[in-house]
Amino acid sequence: MATLSECQAQFGGFSFDYCKRNALLEAEITKLGCSVPAARKTGTTICGVVYKDGVILGADTRATEGMVVADKNCSKIHYISPNIYCCGAGTAADTEMTTQIISSNLELHSLSTGRLPRVATANRMLKQMLFRYQGYIGAALVLGGVDCLGPHLYSIYPHGSTDKLPYVTMGSGSLAAMAVFEDRYKPDMEEEDAKQLVRDAIAAGIFNDLGSGSNIDLCVITKGKVDYLRPFDEANKKGVRAGSYRYKHGTTGVLTKAVTHLHLELVEETIQTMDTS
Amino acid sequence: MNTRGLRSQLKDSVPVTGLCPQASAYGVPDTLRKGFSSVKNDLVPSHPLELSEKNFQLNQDKMNFSTLRNIQGLHAPLKLQMEYRAAKQIQRLPFLQSSNIALDTLRGSDDSIGFEDILNDPAQSEVMGEPHIMVEHKLGLL
Repeated sequence: MATLSECQAQFGGFSFDYCKRNALLEAEITKLGCSVPAARKTGTTICGVVYKDGVILGADTRATEGMVVADKNCSKIHYISPNIYCCGAGTAADTEMTTQIISSNLELHSLSTGRLPRVATANRMLKQMLFRYQGYIGAALVLGGVDCLGPHLYSIYPHGSTDKLPYVTMGSGSLAAMAVFEDRYKPDMEEEDAKQLVRDAIAAGIFNDLGSGSNIDLCVITKGKVDYLRPFDEANKKGVRAGSYRYKHGTTGVLTKAVTHLHLELVEETIQTMDTS
Repeated sequence: MNTRGLRSQLKDSVPVTGLCPQASAYGVPDTLRKGFSSVKNDLVPSHPLELSEKNFQLNQDKMNFSTLRNIQGLHAPLKLQMEYRAAKQIQRLPFLQSSNIALDTLRGSDDSIGFEDILNDPAQSEVMGEPHIMVEHKLGLL
């Protein structure tokens, strides 16, 4: 009879098996006056801007894990399809898996339609998936790409709401980055100006938000061409030491010196060619 | 399509009895994973998503059928339901997981990938029922 419970139809997807156990453990541990480990705080600056002939996405490269910098040069601009890329903020694993699943889905979609996917399709897939999981998938995304209808830029919130705007920012450094955009954004900018603007927006996040730091990555998407610049700029380079602080030879005087030879008997000696292949 | 409020989803969702049955895969209560057994534990979902995830496919089908009925009339969902039923009966031996390719094609989910395809995939399951018992159960001998 034991194996009969296997007869029931099984379904894939998320397993909620451990939720009950965790609630139980948490209740027991709080009774003892301890606390269970909480979720680590994250921090990011990501942004995007629409310019004359395309979209530029930007991101910092610091992965924050509470008070610890987990990775100094992580990649936050994810591939969706040849003409669409997506920046991710929030839980790193969630942004990674979300973008990978949507990327796979869009690849299947474009194989069945025989065309390049549209940004609106990617946006709708993402928002429907995130809404289904009610914000428990902590992925805040900036989706940008160029399709048959021109450049598009969306920001997607973890609960599944989306905005379509000419310039968007996300993550804990979004306020600093948005301040730069609000100040200097103009419609139909040149590529160099737009790149500089995105660079400055991310740099504002890097310098004013503790959760963001290290380098600046850019992804310039134009019709039929993607330029992934990693790193585009190192915002705050580590300085080099001006002087050498090594001791000179002979700083410590040698008082006595004794060399003792080891007397060994040579029994046999063979020479082989070394295998250097 | 999935963009529907949770409340409205729950309102006309099919209630699933024994949400979190205490018995584990081997019929013994799994206290470590599922907590001590009590009526409350059996009725209340342990995670806010559990209920909506459990009923997701059911509700999705239900919604599609009602949309289809509004657009094309009663014959369309009836016919589709009949096809679903037929496709659901195409299975391997009871202890082997079916790929459900016919059903997936009918649903249109054969060219999409979701979490149900990569996490906890039943086709990749490490435990398998005892073949003789499963077949006897299916034939109603047990």
